[in-house]
Amino acid sequence: MSKGKVKLIDNGLRHDGRKLDELRTIKMEVGILKSANGSALVEYGKTKVIAAVYGPREPQMKFMALPNRATIRCRYHMASFSTHERKSPAPTRREIELSKVIREALEPVILSELYPRTSIDIFIEVINADGGTRTASITAASLALADAGIPMKDLVASVAVGKVDGYLVLDIDEIEDMYGSADMPVAMAPALGRITLLQLNGVLTSEEFIQALNLAKAGIKQIYEIQKETLKRKYLTVKVED
Amino acid sequence: MSFTPTTEYLVPKLKLETLLAILGRGVRLNGRRLDEYRPISIITDYIPNADGSALVKLGNTQVLVGIKLEVGTPYPDTPNDGNLIINAEFMPTASPIFEPGPPDENAIELARVIDRGIRESRAVDLSKLALIPGKRVWNLWVDIYVLDHDGNLIDASSMGVLAALSTTKVPKAEIKENNEVVIDKTVRTSQLSINKYVTTVTVAKIGEHLLVDPDLEEESLMDAKLIVSVTDDGLIAGLQKSGPGYFTEEELMKAISIGLNKGKELIDIIKGSVQASPQVV
Repeated sequence: MSKGKVKLIDNGLRHDGRKLDELRTIKMEVGILKSANGSALVEYGKTKVIAAVYGPREPQMKFMALPNRATIRCRYHMASFSTHERKSPAPTRREIELSKVIREALEPVILSELYPRTSIDIFIEVINADGGTRTASITAASLALADAGIPMKDLVASVAVGKVDGYLVLDIDEIEDMYGSADMPVAMAPALGRITLLQLNGVLTSEEFIQALNLAKAGIKQIYEIQKETLKRKYLTVKVED
Repeated sequence: MSFTPTTEYLVPKLKLETLLAILGRGVRLNGRRLDEYRPISIITDYIPNADGSALVKLGNTQVLVGIKLEVGTPYPDTPNDGNLIINAEFMPTASPIFEPGPPDENAIELARVIDRGIRESRAVDLSKLALIPGKRVWNLWVDIYVLDHDGNLIDASSMGVLAALSTTKVPKAEIKENNEVVIDKTVRTSQLSINKYVTTVTVAKIGEHLLVDPDLEEESLMDAKLIVSVTDDGLIAGLQKSGPGYFTEEELMKAISIGLNKGKELIDIIKGSVQASPQVV
């Protein structure tokens, strides 16, 4: 990768005009799919992700059933048309790893012990990729779980911090990821103060890590508020019939 | 598709309570201190037919790493660099729960986390692996074979990868017409060029306790682990939270500082193991 050859930060502004600590335009909607028990569409700028939740339901395969809790299944998948070059629909090593870390980012908030011998299935489809697809996926999956009525301790909100032209910046997009020197996705259950996903692809000093984590926390707080508003928008307008 | 593991080792819940009680006093059921690794042994040049190799024993965990150099074509975005390809196989010899077949999500995660640490810290000088710039480069195949699983496969593997890479000897390559490259593996022209050393340090969280190098029993009782990639100049070259639990911010800071400290120790052990290997001058 020809890192650092393109100047991405000029006068404190990023290539798309954002400030260093500014999120992209974030849009969220729940209940976008009729068949799923819960669903959500989340957009971070041009990144668009759909999440659907089915369950708690009978596990697809018997061996998956656990006697003391629900089994969480998760698939992160990129649509073949979501990237610049067509992506083969077969699962890549990257998608296999991300399915695992996304599941592990959501496991700590799901009250899975309430539904023994069942399966809670989370299906994530990235329909347009412009950086931050795993973080948008976690934000969407957590909304879809809430929309499905799965009991949770908290929502999980997620964003990535990157190091670009020597600066730490919030919510990096594809270009910043490509030319930047570090990418650190973080997911948190904000009300509980729990970090449920942390990855770092790149090199940071200890001081930079602390700054990056604080930047991520600030972004996560804003995303968390939008998540709550999105759920309220759907559920606070429901009329109770008597 | 990733799903909650259903074939984990079953350790009686009673043991968790005992472990938590004893961890509070700063010791573990296996007698180690919280920040103590099991005995580490690294034997380099273990596989004569490989271009570099290492057998790592971390307590009862055993991992074999083999390196092969082959002629390949560069990626369009790095036309003058060799290709680094890291793959891990959890052999059915290693555990009653490992089955033959393609790498599962755990093996893929292990290989990718080690790959990121090495790639991002530029531990290997890939620019020295071009044969005909833009046309022919060395493919550096790194294969991790887990032979025996008693926990903390990733630290054993990452130490093995660095030891194997730093003892890899590049064979003679003759450039002919039409971009043809003829290799003579009976002659070694140089050592593989290593810029810096990097290793992972795994910090497991059990209850509110943090401990390094979890063995199999501790892994089956842990909430989550943080894998910290550390360079010999004290930088963080990668992080990965793994496992179904969470870390608080305070735990995270503590785990990273443990990682940076223990990383130095592990890198010294890797460097020591490499000295015994004959060098190509």
